[in-house]
Amino acid sequence: MEVKKIHIPNMKHEDFNDNEYLEKYVEELHKNGTNVIIGKIDDMINWGRSNSVWPLLFATSCCGIECMCVGAARCDFARFGWEVTRNSPRQADVMFVFGTLVHKMAPVLKRLYDQMAEPKYVIAVGSCAISGGPFKDSYHVIKGINEIIPVDVYVPGCPPRPDAILYGMMQMQRKIKLQEFFKLPEQPVIK
Amino acid sequence: MFDFKVVTSWIDNLLRVQWGFPNFWTLATEFILTGVVILAAYAVIALILIYVERKVCAFFQCRIGPNRVGKWGLMQPVADMIKILLKEIISIDKSDKFLFKLAPFFVIVGSILTFSALPFAKGLHAIDFNIGVFYLLAVSSLGIIGILLAGWSSNNKFAMIGAMRSGAQLISYELSAALSLMTIVVLSGTMQLSDIIEGQTDGWFIFTGGVPAFIAFITYLIAGHAETNRGPFDLPEAESELTAGYHTEYSGITFGFYYLAEYMNMFVVAAIATTMFLGGWMPLHIPGWEGFNQVMDYIPSILWFFGKVAVCVFLALWVRWSFPRLRIDQLLKFEWKILMPISLVNLLLMAVCVTLF
Amino acid sequence: MDNIRERILSLAPEATFEESQILTAMIPSDKFREVTLHLKNDKDMQFDYLQDLIGMDWGETLGVVYRLFSTSNNQCAVVLKTSTADRENPQLFSVSDLWDSANLYEREVYDFFGINFINHPGMRRLFLRSNWEGYPLRKDYNMDSNHLTMENQTIEEMETATTLNLTSEGLVNSSFQLFGEKEYVVNIGPQHPATHGVLHLRVSLDGETVKKIDPHFGYIHRGVEKMCEGYTYPQILHLTDRLDYLSGTMNRHAVCLCVEKALQLEIPERAQYVRTMLDELTRIASHLLGWGCMCMDMGSITAFVYGMRDREKIMDIFEETGGGRLMCNYSVIGGLSKDIHPNFLKRIREFIPYMRKMLKEYHTLFTENPIARGRMEGVGYLTREQAISYGVTGPSGRASGWSNDVRKIEPYAAYDKINFKEMLRTEGGTFDRYMIRLDEILESLKILEQLADGIPEGDYRAKTKAIIKLPEGDFFQRVENARGDFGVYISSKGDKSPYRVKFRSPCMTLASALDPITRGEKIADLIMIGGSLDYVIPCIDR
Repeated sequence: MEVKKIHIPNMKHEDFNDNEYLEKYVEELHKNGTNVIIGKIDDMINWGRSNSVWPLLFATSCCGIECMCVGAARCDFARFGWEVTRNSPRQADVMFVFGTLVHKMAPVLKRLYDQMAEPKYVIAVGSCAISGGPFKDSYHVIKGINEIIPVDVYVPGCPPRPDAILYGMMQMQRKIKLQEFFKLPEQPVIK
Repeated sequence: MFDFKVVTSWIDNLLRVQWGFPNFWTLATEFILTGVVILAAYAVIALILIYVERKVCAFFQCRIGPNRVGKWGLMQPVADMIKILLKEIISIDKSDKFLFKLAPFFVIVGSILTFSALPFAKGLHAIDFNIGVFYLLAVSSLGIIGILLAGWSSNNKFAMIGAMRSGAQLISYELSAALSLMTIVVLSGTMQLSDIIEGQTDGWFIFTGGVPAFIAFITYLIAGHAETNRGPFDLPEAESELTAGYHTEYSGITFGFYYLAEYMNMFVVAAIATTMFLGGWMPLHIPGWEGFNQVMDYIPSILWFFGKVAVCVFLALWVRWSFPRLRIDQLLKFEWKILMPISLVNLLLMAVCVTLF
Repeated sequence: MDNIRERILSLAPEATFEESQILTAMIPSDKFREVTLHLKNDKDMQFDYLQDLIGMDWGETLGVVYRLFSTSNNQCAVVLKTSTADRENPQLFSVSDLWDSANLYEREVYDFFGINFINHPGMRRLFLRSNWEGYPLRKDYNMDSNHLTMENQTIEEMETATTLNLTSEGLVNSSFQLFGEKEYVVNIGPQHPATHGVLHLRVSLDGETVKKIDPHFGYIHRGVEKMCEGYTYPQILHLTDRLDYLSGTMNRHAVCLCVEKALQLEIPERAQYVRTMLDELTRIASHLLGWGCMCMDMGSITAFVYGMRDREKIMDIFEETGGGRLMCNYSVIGGLSKDIHPNFLKRIREFIPYMRKMLKEYHTLFTENPIARGRMEGVGYLTREQAISYGVTGPSGRASGWSNDVRKIEPYAAYDKINFKEMLRTEGGTFDRYMIRLDEILESLKILEQLADGIPEGDYRAKTKAIIKLPEGDFFQRVENARGDFGVYISSKGDKSPYRVKFRSPCMTLASALDPITRGEKIADLIMIGGSLDYVIPCIDR
């Protein structure tokens, strides 16, 4: 079936590196019985949802500084409309996890994730959040936050450049645009 | 100058005479129409203000601000609105559920009621009481109840600290705001807003009122600013201290109400300052310069009003993004020891000036 | 030195001495308390600065290494060691009543080794949860012994502490609650608007006034010291950048210097100059960020964005020469990993006048603002004696009048070849700590100017063996971090991996000083004081 071209302003469809991922995603959604958007109202709703994403910053270590750089004047994520960072999880849409997650912090992260209002997304930034990073041999570090919460986008790097984080944000926007709002896909169950 | 009475009387004529509605139904239709227009204007102006704040803030900080969503980022607040309408509303288990659901309504209703009493242009004045100023002050205090209820019913230590701070701050600054508005009432001799504006035909009160009016303008801007929980007075929602203050536990459209009300309160404070001190929709007239006055009259009154409000709003944004915030004891000290005595003395001064000149 | 040696021998005749640059004495645990009392209180010696307290597992015995300095005579330093053979229930005397910084250090040793300290006021684990089994830095620790639990921490878990007191009946262990029942205790953190990291403070309030603060660490404890024991020396360098990531270059420099000192390796002058310049650039970047975050804590986000904008220029310089923005990865053991980029000097020469102009703008925007002055002045005083006792080094200590700049006391790299002033202030309030950072940026610009004109030609790296093995012994190196005295202690048994690595964290002492400074102030001041101390949590937690 056809993937309708998801349009992100100022970046061409061909410049994204993983368009095959989108096509596979659409196939899976179809297999689960979810319809890909064709209606205009869904289009408008998804346009609104993907362009107004309010992040909850969860910065534990070094990647937190690159998070500050993304918000600062040179690489400005306010251009995408993402600068309204709410400090209360109930008002945020996406949770950025910057930095390493350790055993002591894990219940706090899970609690924050549970407090967020639906629909919610998670972006894991930095190799520590993806897989434990340089600290994977430690006794106190969790090897990736996807052991605790479901993750939507992974941004690798140690620390990733602010431009890479912006690319990850645009991938998140594409993913939001693809989901049908009234029948969101099942969240994977974490054992 | 174009008088909006032409439009409103045309609609009245249409309903009453041409379509032959009985009195009750005419009035009912007109009320509903007014309500719809006010709510629509409220929402649209709020969206515009959200966009303006984000862009102005960005320019102060040498950044660009929203520019991807629509040309120059103009559709950004629309996207925000769509998103907020669709968020899940979480209801807290161990909170006082009734008060928790009621609190945002106090805030938004207080704000809309104040908004509807403003004179937007000649003939475009929805509620024109003879106690106009008194009504504005009274109704804008409804918001305080909403904030206190929100903090109390959330069952959250931080929210309560935020609400207590906010309550103390709002109640204190009400006094200075009221006293500075009273100065203008003394000067103009009436509380009715349309009469106050008519009284500024020969020059705005900030010029004709002399020094006391100017001082009252400054104190009103400061006190009104503090009333809206913005700028150097935003301790109750001090982001770097108490996470999010009194609206920590709200999500979805209930939070949207607080968000909207904050921007609209800023607009309302600027609008009241414009009406009382800068002439409202009255163009700039200099007594004796007839040619100049005629040119000024060509510009429609609604543009005058929004232009002046825009200047006051820009001042508010400028102050908010330049200054750090005051601590709670400094804030209260500033009000009770500095601002209120100045307002009291100023009121006396104005009374003396009015009797003498 | 001999004077001290005789004194120690007179108090503890069984003490043994080791061959080392600094006088190192191994003292039996029963005499240890007298020796430390004497060293602290004696009029001639006055060892009032406890620089580091390092727990050790020597195989059969468990023990502690103390590094003591005297602030009145900077050449006076001594290293004491003590140990106990009891591995089941090790106990040593506490020195937390003599030096306040020992309070947290001893809790760390208890956490990692299990040594309980007698007469410590509130013993409990520092980084790990209280139900953690085992002591991680012991050599016989099983790395898989603790699995992830998602249970939330209970109030009891966070508030129970024990003390081991020596009474007439012998040693008595009693537990108590840190906060009373009627106290209004609030949690600040760990997830807080991300300025300083994940610090959890439990604050007992009386209205808006702070009565007591209990900091909780460990939310970013990555176990770096244990990991270093399994890595080779070049691999350790990768981890050092990530401790206090804002002074990453300086931390890396410290470890390189320590290993090079141990190998007795000569570093070419060119490498020394460039390393110094990078250090100073990092210092400027760190102070800019510290300034910006402090202003953001006060509510002025504009100042933060301005600080970050100027920091981006420094990041450009790092990226061009080193390859990384935050983690420059440039110094290696022996020198630099590659030569400097041709544009390096040109960019630095352009940056210096630009930064001077911007500093004037910052002063106009923020320092002279009456609201900002009202928030900062008259708040948060730390006296000089408190600073020394708590071990508060760096700009915060210098703002209280303690002259503790390691670049002046033990010059390393190219610091002995240049002229610069050590900025000192006397009051020790929040405003002084704020101003001293901006003044230090100016001094760093002067240092850069002097160095940029005189980089010698030559090699940028000395030859080292493919596998680096340090000789047996203990090696130490101190460096002036952006936050204070950063120390690296490497204990080697001749292998290609170290036996024990300890990083002396300047931020831990800064965070421990929060309690005495903030008692009696308001919550809003607590945030300001935290901002002015400018600690970075991963440096505390390692």
